[in-house]
Amino acid sequence: MSLDFLSPELGLFALLLATAVSLVQGSLPVVGAARGRAGWMAVGQPAAVAVLACVALSFACLVKAYVVSDFTVLNVVQNSHSSKPLLYKITGAWGNHEGSMVLWILILALFGAAVAVFGGNLPPSLRARVLGVQAWISLGFLSFTLLTSNPFERIFPPPANGQDLNPLLQDPGLAFHPPMLYTGYVGFSIVFAFAVAALLEGRVDAAWARWVRPWTLAAWTFLTGGIALGSWWAYYELGWGGWWFWDPVENVSFMPWLLGTALLHSAIVVEKRDALKAWTILLAILTFSLSLIGTFIVRSGLLTSVHSFAVDPERGLYILMLLAIAIGGSLLLFAFRAPTLKAGGLFAPVSREGGLVLNNLLLGTACATVFIGTLYPLFLEAFGGGRVSVGPPFYNLTFVPLMMPLFLVMGAGLLLPWKRADLAGVLGRLKLAIGGSVVAALAALWLLDGTPVLAMLWIGLAVWLALGTLTEFAERIRLFRGPVGESWRRARQLPRSAYGATLGHFGLAVVLAGIIGASIGKQEVVESLRPGETLELAGYSYAFEGVERTRGPNWAADTATFAVTREGAPVARLTPERRLYPVTERTTTEAAIHTTGLVDLYAVIGEPAEGEQGAWVVRLYHEPLVPWMWAGALILMLGGLLSLSDRRLRVGAPRRAPAGRGAGQAQPAE
Amino acid sequence: MKLRILLGALPLAVFLAAAGFFLWGLDPERDPSEIPSALVGAPAPAFELGPIPGSGGQGLATVDLVGQGPTLVNVWASWCVPCRAEHEVLTQLAEERGVRLVGIDYKDKPDDALAYLAELGDPYERIGADREGRVGIDWGISGVPETFVVDGEGQVVYRHVGPIAPAQVEEDILPALERAGR
Repeated sequence: MSLDFLSPELGLFALLLATAVSLVQGSLPVVGAARGRAGWMAVGQPAAVAVLACVALSFACLVKAYVVSDFTVLNVVQNSHSSKPLLYKITGAWGNHEGSMVLWILILALFGAAVAVFGGNLPPSLRARVLGVQAWISLGFLSFTLLTSNPFERIFPPPANGQDLNPLLQDPGLAFHPPMLYTGYVGFSIVFAFAVAALLEGRVDAAWARWVRPWTLAAWTFLTGGIALGSWWAYYELGWGGWWFWDPVENVSFMPWLLGTALLHSAIVVEKRDALKAWTILLAILTFSLSLIGTFIVRSGLLTSVHSFAVDPERGLYILMLLAIAIGGSLLLFAFRAPTLKAGGLFAPVSREGGLVLNNLLLGTACATVFIGTLYPLFLEAFGGGRVSVGPPFYNLTFVPLMMPLFLVMGAGLLLPWKRADLAGVLGRLKLAIGGSVVAALAALWLLDGTPVLAMLWIGLAVWLALGTLTEFAERIRLFRGPVGESWRRARQLPRSAYGATLGHFGLAVVLAGIIGASIGKQEVVESLRPGETLELAGYSYAFEGVERTRGPNWAADTATFAVTREGAPVARLTPERRLYPVTERTTTEAAIHTTGLVDLYAVIGEPAEGEQGAWVVRLYHEPLVPWMWAGALILMLGGLLSLSDRRLRVGAPRRAPAGRGAGQAQPAE
Repeated sequence: MKLRILLGALPLAVFLAAAGFFLWGLDPERDPSEIPSALVGAPAPAFELGPIPGSGGQGLATVDLVGQGPTLVNVWASWCVPCRAEHEVLTQLAEERGVRLVGIDYKDKPDDALAYLAELGDPYERIGADREGRVGIDWGISGVPETFVVDGEGQVVYRHVGPIAPAQVEEDILPALERAGR
């Protein structure tokens, strides 16, 4: 089949059509819900599917323009080149501002259609309102793209070739990181739509919380993956051996994650105990608001960052207007409706609810800390205080200590019963975890002579979290308390959400261990080295064999070879590269990383050393436990996916049960 | 109930305050990547550089900035393309406006630097060759070109990052030189 019909004009037309359908989707169902007209409300579902079809067609047109290197399209000229490998031609379609907006809208439309298709168990009025709110968000981004960032603009006369994509982006990471991150960001738009719809309806109950839960989980899982992928990408591509820089753009993806995590937990309280309703609604609004603010900060040039998109204040103004409408409007609605939401069940401070409230307070404070740290340079500048940048020292003093009580509570959190808990009893059941963490901390003190006291505490905390989580799981399946067959039967009957919680908490312990290892155990060395010379780092010998000229499809590289040995035994051959992309005249470093599972051996080749014939600048990093961070992130995602597949989210929520039998009571407590 | 209403409105108030800052921050005149120099208002760093080998010229040191009136200190390199762009502006400032101009040749090969000056002309009264870039660090430069205005007592009055565009001569450089002359 010929794909010639996928012209840029068709793409633009499809976007316009999607805008028109979104207008219908944003008005008729909402008015219908207010007036109780079933026919009007029913328009929402087909409309959402139609929007998806239009946006998907538009996206296909854009990708096709990139694949065939259609240099009559300005966007392709600015971000592609005919010699670029096919993968990067495709991913290049969203490696720029305009194209990434189309991807963003595509994911938005996907989620809208998903609600239309899978939302069969929702009450019609709620579904109509959710789809309506979702359409408003789509309208905002569609109009933004059409008015300020048209990716299909033609150029005449067409140049013979394009300007190529930023070489840093010519990496498989671009294929996965932005789509995953956007799915996370945009997934929270559904949660936002649910919150606004609930405020419009004036009703928030356990059933609402259960309907929202899968969307929150899905968004959270993708956001977790997106952030981890971004961090991994920075780690191997930037060649500094670092994985998190507290850069504004990293922070704006981290803030929705923090609040989304809080939301994930507070929604449980609404579902099980009918409490924390106004707070949960607020979290739902704020989580998506932070995703929007993130988009705004990245694309307006408000703050400087290593991630630079083409910056344009005009666009910034338009997004700010959208922010004012979306966030200001929803918070205004919240201000009117929140005081009327009735508070639900009572609970003692030491209880599952109490623990979750503490979780929310700490995560909320942590998010506020990151928010202030990120925007402080702007605030200070606005008051004439000059330019500053806020870096890791700030976060080490504020954010990091906030995480300590969080992990402390987390270790015991899953063991706390609802309503009222016996603290002494819970701690008694955690004897093993308490003992294990103390032993680990002391062992660290003894083994790693000169470990800072704080690092020792953190090691204890990571062990505490892992053992506490495992203790709870072992108790649930009565491991070692009865026959193995009995435990196996119990393990099989546990709801998947329970596995999700266990994996989630355990995964975080693994991430934490990775962060601790990478923070206290990282070693690096920078030297100029001649071929034949050897460098020692942390017990490994790196023999520098030399540098070769190599060529890729659209780059030339200096490829170095290191033979790594440990006590004479060969470990790995590392071949870091320094690539020059002639079209953009930019170089990138391709670090070579060998992982043993416990440690990453990381090598980077720099420039020929000045003044020394034949010598090269070589940087080596010894990065202990870094692979654990990626493994932990995978466990976190697996936990999210398992929880998402829980039966209770698929069978649909029961209608609100009569008083006395709270919805979901038949389920084992999570 | 009053408290609940106030609490309910609190998030909106916080957002509106933040939005106010955002709006202010969008001012197109504002450039967040511009870095203020800790040197402005402070004495020029102590340094002493030899001439470009083979040029037969004089080097540049801190003493050359004292007692000779306002001076423009330009950090340049032959490998730097924007330097080429501003070279004509600098030449005009030195030859037509009578501005005292000295240069620091940053991380450059002597032959390349001499070829560059031979091709474009040498408007500098003195040039110090900073082959290792140590003095560049002392001056706190973030790239080349960068230009400093130093007054007759050796105090740094103004710092310009990047090439000097013709329009910026009237707007920034000459007023800074005037301030330095007072």
